[in-house]
Amino acid sequence: MDTPKQHIVVIGGGPAGIVAAAQLAKTHRVTLLEKNDKLCNNITNKFKLFPNFADADETAAELIATTKNENITVNTSAEVTKINRADNKWEVTTDKDTITADAVVIATGYDIFDAHRKEELGYGIYPGIITSLELEQMMKSGNVVTRFGDKPRRITFLQCVGSRDAKIGNHYCSKLCCVTAVKQAIELRKISPETEVFLFYMDLRMWGQGFEELYRQSQEEHNVHFVRGRISEAASTYDGRIQIKAEDTLIGQPLKMNTDFLVLMVGMEPSCGTKNLSQQCNISGDYGFAASKTPHLLDQTTEQPGIFLAGSCKRPYTLSDTINDAYAAAAATERYLNEKA
Amino acid sequence: MKPFGFKIATTHTIIVDDKPLDTLSPISGQVPTFRRCMNCGGCTATCSAAHFTQFNIRKIHNLYRWHQIELPKKELEKCMLCGKCTLVCPRDVNLRSLIIYMRRNIDALKKKEEGEQ
Amino acid sequence: MTTQFHPFVLPFTIGAAILFCTIIYKFTRWIQTLDRKQYHTAKRTFMTSDIFPALWKMIKDIFKESLLHIKVSKINRRLGYMHRSIAFGWFLLIVVGLIETIIHFGFRGHAPWTGVFYRFFVYGNNNIVQQVFATIMDLLLLYVLSGVTMAFIKSHRPKTVGMRKTTVLRWSDRLLRYALWSIFPLRLLSETMTATLHNNGGIITQTLGNLIPLQVAELLEVPLWSLYSIALCIFFVFMPYSRFMHIFTEPLLIFLKSFGVKESKQPTGFTKTELSACSRCGICIDVCPLNNELNINNIQAVYLLRGLRHGLAYRYAATNCLLCGRCVEACPVGIDIDAIRLQARNKKRIDLRNNYTYIKERPFNAVGRVAFFGGCMSHLTPNIQESMKKIFQAVGQDYWIMDEERTICCGRPLEQQGFSNQAAELRRKNTAMIIESHATMLITSCPICYRSFTQEYHLPIKVMHHTEYIAMLIEKGLLSPEMSDLRIAYHDPCELGRGCGIYDEPRQVLSTVGTLTNVPLQRENSLCCGCNLGNTRLQSTQQLKVRDTTLNNLNTDHPDLIATACPMCKKAFQQSTTQRVADVAELVAQQIKNIES
Repeated sequence: MDTPKQHIVVIGGGPAGIVAAAQLAKTHRVTLLEKNDKLCNNITNKFKLFPNFADADETAAELIATTKNENITVNTSAEVTKINRADNKWEVTTDKDTITADAVVIATGYDIFDAHRKEELGYGIYPGIITSLELEQMMKSGNVVTRFGDKPRRITFLQCVGSRDAKIGNHYCSKLCCVTAVKQAIELRKISPETEVFLFYMDLRMWGQGFEELYRQSQEEHNVHFVRGRISEAASTYDGRIQIKAEDTLIGQPLKMNTDFLVLMVGMEPSCGTKNLSQQCNISGDYGFAASKTPHLLDQTTEQPGIFLAGSCKRPYTLSDTINDAYAAAAATERYLNEKA
Repeated sequence: MKPFGFKIATTHTIIVDDKPLDTLSPISGQVPTFRRCMNCGGCTATCSAAHFTQFNIRKIHNLYRWHQIELPKKELEKCMLCGKCTLVCPRDVNLRSLIIYMRRNIDALKKKEEGEQ
Repeated sequence: MTTQFHPFVLPFTIGAAILFCTIIYKFTRWIQTLDRKQYHTAKRTFMTSDIFPALWKMIKDIFKESLLHIKVSKINRRLGYMHRSIAFGWFLLIVVGLIETIIHFGFRGHAPWTGVFYRFFVYGNNNIVQQVFATIMDLLLLYVLSGVTMAFIKSHRPKTVGMRKTTVLRWSDRLLRYALWSIFPLRLLSETMTATLHNNGGIITQTLGNLIPLQVAELLEVPLWSLYSIALCIFFVFMPYSRFMHIFTEPLLIFLKSFGVKESKQPTGFTKTELSACSRCGICIDVCPLNNELNINNIQAVYLLRGLRHGLAYRYAATNCLLCGRCVEACPVGIDIDAIRLQARNKKRIDLRNNYTYIKERPFNAVGRVAFFGGCMSHLTPNIQESMKKIFQAVGQDYWIMDEERTICCGRPLEQQGFSNQAAELRRKNTAMIIESHATMLITSCPICYRSFTQEYHLPIKVMHHTEYIAMLIEKGLLSPEMSDLRIAYHDPCELGRGCGIYDEPRQVLSTVGTLTNVPLQRENSLCCGCNLGNTRLQSTQQLKVRDTTLNNLNTDHPDLIATACPMCKKAFQQSTTQRVADVAELVAQQIKNIES
């Protein structure tokens, strides 16, 4: 290509950042900034990925391998503190240095909802009440046992913790907890077939390819029990288990149930980085996510020329969505740089 | 021609068109959040009264939506108005207000029916 | 002997007579319609030696509040001056006028109206006593006039007397207000005219009088005195039906209150007295969170009381209120607004008996234990209950958690919504449970329950809020939580603070585990979290607005966390902030390090 090499800063070393960086590095110089000490943390903290039970670590490794490119500089443990416009370019300040870029791709991603905020669900008060992420790590370490060292007799999932909840101000659906719970339920039944699995939901949104099949498979092959109702209280029992209160809304009867683990399917919230950067760049949208220009045609572009968005810093995204969106963001960036040059 | 076919003493089906719509219309104005319910059942799960008796506020309010007021009239009296349901509702439905208004509307309706008889 | 009659005294005399009769009639009716309990309370005070402190309190309060308006002055000095100058100034005008008349005519020799029109009738003997009195009366009139001027300015620009909003008055109140305001300038003018003709004025009236030509004075003297008399007449005749009835009702209210009469569940003569004792000063508007945050300005106490008194629409005003009690605290007359509001919320038709037959008591033997009643809300804040368990264990106290498994409500939420019968039924059930358990003490962590247990139940055992209990443990040295470097902002729950007067205990406890930060509006002035169960009308977005102001107030001094002593407030704050919100008990439990478990 005859266009001169330009410099792009990609903020966020998750799948979105990596894909965008790898794509842009074909023609430009890219600096990839990650605040943690390694890339793809939000993948490697998982065990298997839906819908095909791909190994999370392997997927992450494949992604990370694409950053081994002479045009990409990866800066880990570099947290961006400031972004400001400096004549047609952007200055990105990290806690180490300041980098000047022709364009910036924000791929700062999501964080999980802090389940402490739903005090009635007992997270942080009673052992045995865990988040979906903690379960993922338990399964990854192959150590799914109660705090007494026993195999759990029963595990209960609760959907929509921190999503679709006006009480904590998150009205949106986090989109991937439904299928994640089904995936985790299946894995659990595979790991420990004697554990009963219950899944409390308000609506099961099996929207993606293969999701509905996974749901069906979980019922048919793995005997996962689905209950339509929201758990509204959890407390501990005398023998150190968890007692939950919910209503089976389909028979219209309240029910109480003891369980060894209550798994809270925590939703996605904008990460600290997403909140800070979108605020600084004046592109803050609903709930603190970053806002793109329009949801269809200009979904990777922002009101700020030269700043592009990729992945779940905009809204809850699955891994496949994220990767697709990162390609689109790279294309939008490329177009911008071409026009500028 | 003589009517023929099966005879049913009382139908179990809700004949929606038989009921006047005015049982529902005032409550939409009185408690606008009424329309927001997504039937998650959180209210009934936490309800203090529901653990003693058949009282099920989610069901009752759905019956009310279909203009069925006999059961709601009887059941709503069991509510203690403690407000736990309002506090857990993920759609911020103002249930306490809804309960009071349903009771008042049903009472007014009953009074009207008595007057007509 | 000077003549003491002129036809223009007739309007005044007739008006005063009508006023006198109306007041006697009304007061008698009100006292007659006190309910039995109120009547007996008053009678008991009357018959025993309690009567002397009661009388002394009454005289003191009437002097302080009806005349000097001390409470209003505390809110704003200019506002206080305005009220004081009109009330106390007018009072002194009457008293000094009467003394002057008595000195001149003797006790028996004067007509009832003479004091009011004294200058018109008495002139000619310009001795020193006469001159001194004339000057005193002039100065007093000037004092009153300064108040009237301020009242006039206030009606247009309330900010000048430190009020953001003032009451929107009805036309009748407005008319009467003009009658009142015109009395004093008319008196000044009339006396000036007489001073021109007879040289009997004080410093002011005489100085003014000397400026007026004799013919003008001759022409205007009688018409002006007549107008003065007519203004008084209008004011007197219509006063019992207007807000100015408070002038005479306030002393009656103070009298009844000094004798221990309190508001009851049903409207009584005492309620009528309170309704008439409201001067519609509008102080309750400025402290109302609904006015300040949401601009809802037609539901405040002043409008509710007016609606109730004059039979206007009041339901909306009665129901759309948080019952936070800020207006009760601020009311200079001390009207029990919340109690009246609850009366107005009464839902007689649907407030049934025997609704809760499905609740069967399961007696529990708790001899030697304390009973802990978490309250409905605390089921949604399990941290509070867990912390209390830890504290009980730390001091080796046996406990029984009354509502751990199945819970019934204390009844206050029903009471707040006007379901007195239903609330009473729940109270009976809880009382039976508590008495049968033989628990030694009842501890509750919910201020709503606490208020109910202490003010609406009649339990034979001691009732404590958990902050009181913890404060007691710490004071006795049974519990010594470790100090931390946490900076804590304490939020006073409405029901605990203004409702039950508990301000110090939570602060004492918190100061043993951290440092309290400065909160500008605290204690009696604290703001409401917006979720008070008293209100069923507010939308959640509106509650959020109220709450945001409260949170800003708490965060003034950048605390590490917000502490409160109410599960409801805690839940409310948790909904709108990611900041840590903790109950007092949690912080104590967290700082108990020396427990082996």
